[in-house]
Amino acid sequence: MVRLPYVTALTTLFSYGLLFAFGQLRDFFRRILDARKPSNLKGYAPICLGLEDFYTRRLYLRIQDCFGRPIASAPDAWFDVVERYSNDCNKTLHRTTATTKCLNLGSYNYLGFAAADEYCTPRVIESLKKYSASTCSVRVDGGNTKLHTELEELVARFVGKPAAILFGMGYVTNSAIIPALVGKGGLIISDSLNHNSIVNGARGSGATVRVFQHNNPAHLEEVLREQIAGGQPRTHRPWKKIIVIVEGIYSMEGELCKLPGVISVCKKYKAYTYLDEAHSIGAIGKTGRGVCELLGVDPADVDIMMGTFTKSFGSCGGYIAASNEIIQHLKLTCPAHIYATSMSPPAVQQVISAIKVILGEDGTNRGAKKLSQIRENSNFFRLELQKMGFEVLGDNDSPVMPIMLYNPAKIPAFSRECLRQNVAVVTVAFPATPLLLARARICISASHSREDLIKGLEVISKVGDLVGIKYFPVEQEKTTAVDKLKKIQ
Amino acid sequence: MDMALPVVNATAAVLARVSAAFNAPLARAVVFGVHIDGHLVVEGLLIAVIVFQLSRKSYKPPKKPLTEKEIDELCDEWEPEPLCPPIKEGARIDTPMLESAAGPHTIVDGKEVVNFASANYLGLIGNEKIIDSCIGSLEKYGVGSCGPRGFYGTIDVHLDCESKIAKFLGTPDSILYSYGISTIFSVIPAFCKKGDIIVADEGVHWAVQNGLHLSRSTVVYFKHNDMASLASTLEKLTRGNKRAEKIRRYIVVESIYQNSGQIAPLDEIVKLKEKYRFRVILEESHSFGVLGKSGRGLAEHYGVPIEKIDIITAGMGNALATDGGFCTGSVRVVDHQRLSSSGYVFSASLPPYLASAAVSAVNYLEENPSVLANLRSNIALLHKELSDTPGLEITSHVLSPIVFLKLKKSTGSPTTDLDLLETIADKVLKEDSVFIVTSKKSNLDRCKLPIGIRLFVSAGHTESDISRLSSSLKRVSASVLSDY
Repeated sequence: MVRLPYVTALTTLFSYGLLFAFGQLRDFFRRILDARKPSNLKGYAPICLGLEDFYTRRLYLRIQDCFGRPIASAPDAWFDVVERYSNDCNKTLHRTTATTKCLNLGSYNYLGFAAADEYCTPRVIESLKKYSASTCSVRVDGGNTKLHTELEELVARFVGKPAAILFGMGYVTNSAIIPALVGKGGLIISDSLNHNSIVNGARGSGATVRVFQHNNPAHLEEVLREQIAGGQPRTHRPWKKIIVIVEGIYSMEGELCKLPGVISVCKKYKAYTYLDEAHSIGAIGKTGRGVCELLGVDPADVDIMMGTFTKSFGSCGGYIAASNEIIQHLKLTCPAHIYATSMSPPAVQQVISAIKVILGEDGTNRGAKKLSQIRENSNFFRLELQKMGFEVLGDNDSPVMPIMLYNPAKIPAFSRECLRQNVAVVTVAFPATPLLLARARICISASHSREDLIKGLEVISKVGDLVGIKYFPVEQEKTTAVDKLKKIQ
Repeated sequence: MDMALPVVNATAAVLARVSAAFNAPLARAVVFGVHIDGHLVVEGLLIAVIVFQLSRKSYKPPKKPLTEKEIDELCDEWEPEPLCPPIKEGARIDTPMLESAAGPHTIVDGKEVVNFASANYLGLIGNEKIIDSCIGSLEKYGVGSCGPRGFYGTIDVHLDCESKIAKFLGTPDSILYSYGISTIFSVIPAFCKKGDIIVADEGVHWAVQNGLHLSRSTVVYFKHNDMASLASTLEKLTRGNKRAEKIRRYIVVESIYQNSGQIAPLDEIVKLKEKYRFRVILEESHSFGVLGKSGRGLAEHYGVPIEKIDIITAGMGNALATDGGFCTGSVRVVDHQRLSSSGYVFSASLPPYLASAAVSAVNYLEENPSVLANLRSNIALLHKELSDTPGLEITSHVLSPIVFLKLKKSTGSPTTDLDLLETIADKVLKEDSVFIVTSKKSNLDRCKLPIGIRLFVSAGHTESDISRLSSSLKRVSASVLSDY
């Protein structure tokens, strides 16, 4: 649970109110100045009317340099951030050729497969020469290669399900699968903090959507009872089927899903479960098999398991693992399988090699080392941040840790100051998070060494003091936090 | 009779008394100068009774919420449908497996075949320069980009690719998406919201339909590629509708429809759009790199200045032999998508090696425009050779690289049609080693155009490949369709 001090809430609201007032003032003057100029729309309605893009124009553009920073190297533990400059107060940003080497605390590189890897990259280059960069064809026509079939079997074996199906993009996996599984007359119950791709898929399916409180199996049970007893809206016919959608790790909170509770509720009420493991597959669990392994849930209890290859496997694309019948049904009806270009063969080979490394089938124990490294790194980093007095969210073992900032002015301050000291962090604000709860999100990787983490902690502590985000200081001891870290080193 | 008389007498007496009472002097009192007759008292009483009844609350049966026990029973009784319906007998699930690159010649299930199933229009699969640039990219950046564009997923090759495409097409800016199919269904909801009007062709493919559905705007379909139908639809929507000035209005068309192979007449569409003040969203996945003197797409083909088309989207998985998609237009159009397009903001960015492949492909097209002439001559040759195929007719445009063959006489049921076409495709593959495919439909697709055999012509095909295909197709369709 997020603890929000009362004073902080007041100051944050006041800041947003001030920004809103200034924005309105500038809009007013802009309207007066533009009334003189003839409109260049020539009878067409404007693309954005009135207040639709107020947030973009007046709030986001001021701090645009904190987002979308281009990089000039692989997103490994250290990378080169391209410097940009602006001549008109951040309205337009221009690239330069200068780069700065920074510590990467923002990319989804959980197991360190992002850059060229000694086992994966030679095999990827070989498959590129054999199959070329793309098959130019949909999967059902001429886009099915030996690599795709091999990967589907491997993914099914890795996750613990009978069969799997691949797609070229994680976002499309959710948006195109959910309509194929449930349609009008069905009910989708999704967690209130689910990702945009799930929301789009649920909306595109035509089924009724209800939301339950984040990570609260008791509220899920209430919603299920109410909905089954009430039936479809207006006609009160019984629902055709009910699907409950949850995620393994929620990317903005860093929390693990309460999966055993959710599964037991769903089993009791005969609802189907859909687990989106975009961030958790490969990153947690003793052998990297995700949140089911960590929480001791049998994969056979979850009806459909979805995941992406972008985060832990350093590639692109997504998969669905389920029983044989469901996968066959999806192969016949899912639009992303029938109409979308099949996954690029080098990307497929990268995932195959990455899974082989994780399972230890490449003949070394690099996989086991990476898995234990990311677990140690995450726990160490989180503990140290909490000891320093930051408000850090997320459960133990989760490699995603948001640090709360709250105040809108602290977002650019934290981001720019960290960049000045060569640490690259990601800051997130409205609309990806609630208005008052802006945060900086850290993603730990297995390729971070202990020295990297300590440097990151030093910089964050210094910047945290400057910016004033140590909301919950632990009792002061004789030695300061930074000195303690030097002792550990 | 004896009993009746006293009753009658009694009634008469009562009536006399009542009338006397009413005619009594009291009843004729004068209040404030108004005569009060007896009937006024009755009327007053009636009004009092009516007011009393109206003022009472109406009878509502008491609301009894379901008890816990009743909810338990309902939950126990409820039986869901199975998550997926049972698979129909004979449904084709297995797809042919390729064992080499999907170029003009490929290896399917162990045999070497001529490949007409890949949209490799410029023959760029296997091109040395592109593979070299990909290898350089892979060694420098790895495979994935590990993040969305807003959070350190923007790599300098993405920015190079965007500016390259914008320069090639002559537009101010462009934006890259990480998957071809997600481009159009992210662009449409970014611009069209609830209350807007969209006029779309009824033959658009599933991704466009999904985008239209997600946008929640009012969608009106016009007859496939029929300009008269489009004009009358536009006229109907804007006539007498003063509010139409303030609502955003869009026309959505594809340049080459992948469900039929027709080409949209862009010059007429632009004339209509300017007359009725609609914006045009043009989906150019199959015409980018194919149509036009130098491959710049439909606008160059018709000689329409590119500024007149508001939004152009295209997937790069066809002519450019890479993956991903792009959208281009004015600066306002492109900047708006960087924050409001869900497929751009919430998804990881395109792998860098595919972006460098796109840059190399566009470079190749600029340096070797003769490859377009090869493609066009191949299409023309195929049209000539297949014009007299027994039982099948070509329904696509003469310039379209997707050659669409339909059954001359449909059997009446789409499933039997599909079976016949699949049999033809299987036989052509098994007996003559030519790989062709039928157009497949998902049950979520609302397009009603007929299915057929789709041939993807490439600039890398030789004349002998084309003659092999045409002779094989003629032979097999003669044997399979001889009974129909």
